[in-house]
Amino acid sequence: MDPWCTPFLMTLTEKILARASGRRSVGAGDNVWVNTDILLTHDVCGPGSIGVFKREFGQDAKVFDPKKIVIIPDHYIFTSDRLSNRNVDILRDFAKEQALPYFYDVIDDPIGSWTFSPEIGQLKRQYGSRYQGVCHAALPKLGHARPGEVLFGTDSHTCMAGAFGEFASGIGNTDAGFILGTGKLLVKVPETMRFYLEGALPPGVMAKDVILWVIGDIGFDGATYRAMQWEGPGVSSLNMDDRMTIANMAIEAGGKNGIFPADAATFAYVDERTRLNGTKADYDPVELDQDQKLVFDKVYDLSKLEPTVAMHPNPGNRALAKELENVKLDRAYIGSCTGGKASDFVAFAKVVKGRHVKIDTYGVPATSDVVHELKEIRWDSQSIWDVLVDAGVQMTENASCAACLGGPKDTFGRLNAPLTCISATNRNFPGRMGSKEAKVYLASPYTVAASALTGRVTDPREFLN
Amino acid sequence: MAKRITSPVYVVGDNIDTDQIIPAQYLTLVPTIPDEYEKLGSYAMVGLPDDLYPSRFIPENSSKTEYKIVIAGKNFGCGSSREHAPIALGAAGVEVVVAESYARIFFRNSVATGELYPYESRERLLDVCRTGDLATVDFDNDTVTINDHEFTLKPMGDVRPVIEAGGIFNYARQTGMIPAKA
Repeated sequence: MDPWCTPFLMTLTEKILARASGRRSVGAGDNVWVNTDILLTHDVCGPGSIGVFKREFGQDAKVFDPKKIVIIPDHYIFTSDRLSNRNVDILRDFAKEQALPYFYDVIDDPIGSWTFSPEIGQLKRQYGSRYQGVCHAALPKLGHARPGEVLFGTDSHTCMAGAFGEFASGIGNTDAGFILGTGKLLVKVPETMRFYLEGALPPGVMAKDVILWVIGDIGFDGATYRAMQWEGPGVSSLNMDDRMTIANMAIEAGGKNGIFPADAATFAYVDERTRLNGTKADYDPVELDQDQKLVFDKVYDLSKLEPTVAMHPNPGNRALAKELENVKLDRAYIGSCTGGKASDFVAFAKVVKGRHVKIDTYGVPATSDVVHELKEIRWDSQSIWDVLVDAGVQMTENASCAACLGGPKDTFGRLNAPLTCISATNRNFPGRMGSKEAKVYLASPYTVAASALTGRVTDPREFLN
Repeated sequence: MAKRITSPVYVVGDNIDTDQIIPAQYLTLVPTIPDEYEKLGSYAMVGLPDDLYPSRFIPENSSKTEYKIVIAGKNFGCGSSREHAPIALGAAGVEVVVAESYARIFFRNSVATGELYPYESRERLLDVCRTGDLATVDFDNDTVTINDHEFTLKPMGDVRPVIEAGGIFNYARQTGMIPAKA
């Protein structure tokens, strides 16, 4: 490193935003125009963003760079709702018109239209070969997450890609429309909070417990407008799925972004995924400075954490699983960007293997890849998928956001009555999963699995010995 | 130009998230399609729990609210990034929200769309008024008067002219940041 060029000590977020805005340095509070490396959108906010783009730049306008736009339909796919099906068709028309290479359509026919078949039903696969599922889980798998880059997405959980050492943040349709036309966005550089991790997770405790514990600590508006930066020797004990789970829920503390420094595990993941998908392979990571300007700095010892739950009605309403064993449940749910990865289902399966759930339990893999993996990985002669089905979990092959955010009435797993549900998802405000009288408890896949077996909130460690 | 808005207020608590402002099942509506924009307005705030909020925000069979001013507590608009949230409020006829604080994306989306003015209060106003009380927001003096008591608000600074222009695109054109529409 040239000592004359880098006299300014910055946080990871500041370094990325400085580079993306063409400056030597930026500080918290600066308003800067940054260049976008990837804009991500989906079926719920894509049509509106496209509408803004066309309204403002003209019907014949061209996007700033087709290779930097990633469109992954994932929210309201497996539903008979007419408008939802239409919204997928709007995305297809736009991708065709703009010759976008990274549109992961539900169907294979480029001039077809999408309809869901209630006759085939919710469980059996109804998508083509390009379809992925939940955008935040699919994006890195598809080779679109790279260290040091700037990712904007029309979804609050866009911050998940901060796991890969990039600046990733959720935006609205109007800002997305602006980016579609210009590739730029005016952002305020956030202050940085540091969460310094030591130790390693003990048995029965998952990354989800880390983030639920931290949000309980700082409050679910405790990181509003701020960057949540994860550092320390504990980070290297977390795999990429773990880091994704933690970065994903920065927004549940109000954060603008969550970010991990990129390390050997990050590079191995990113290099493999960009190679397999033929996406842009070069990137320039930012490195940690010894001294940074922080507004919060706290050490967390991972080895001291226990299975943690966020109680109704918000993600900061923290308790330990073992303190809630009198809470009776009607339903358990595993899925979403946060909790629907293959590793989440494997953890769930470890708990329920050879046992049977006591309450209605729904499983929605985040992506089509996860479906494939769960059917491929075998314990003895049985696939993980079959372990789950034998335990009584209603597993769908139709990967999507599904009931994590309620959605249309016929959405798989939706809480259509005032039920109490324990869920591996990310958000539990009133009405989030459907009925506004329902109560949702957020927990790790281990804890959701153990609770599904007993019908009460349950510390999973008693099932893991 | 003097700018004031007088209206009965609708009062909500802390942490009103975007699912309460516009439940996810209505996100099938695309805000840039005019009929669907209107429809979004008719669903504004239907996610609020009925027992806590017995007064309807939007009368039955209507798409407009009588409450042009919403008074809220902390962290208004938390949760998802859906721009449908400020749009639903704006489409319903809300002009100002006065909250103790906002979630980042809601605030940004309010400004970007120009749908409503997100004022921050210095006091906890939800403790001093009830739904239906009459209030006047004075934009030039940054105050809100409720039941004859005047409270000062935090000035909106650079945000106000963007909303006055009708959002970032109009503002950027008016100020020459981007070219005028052909």
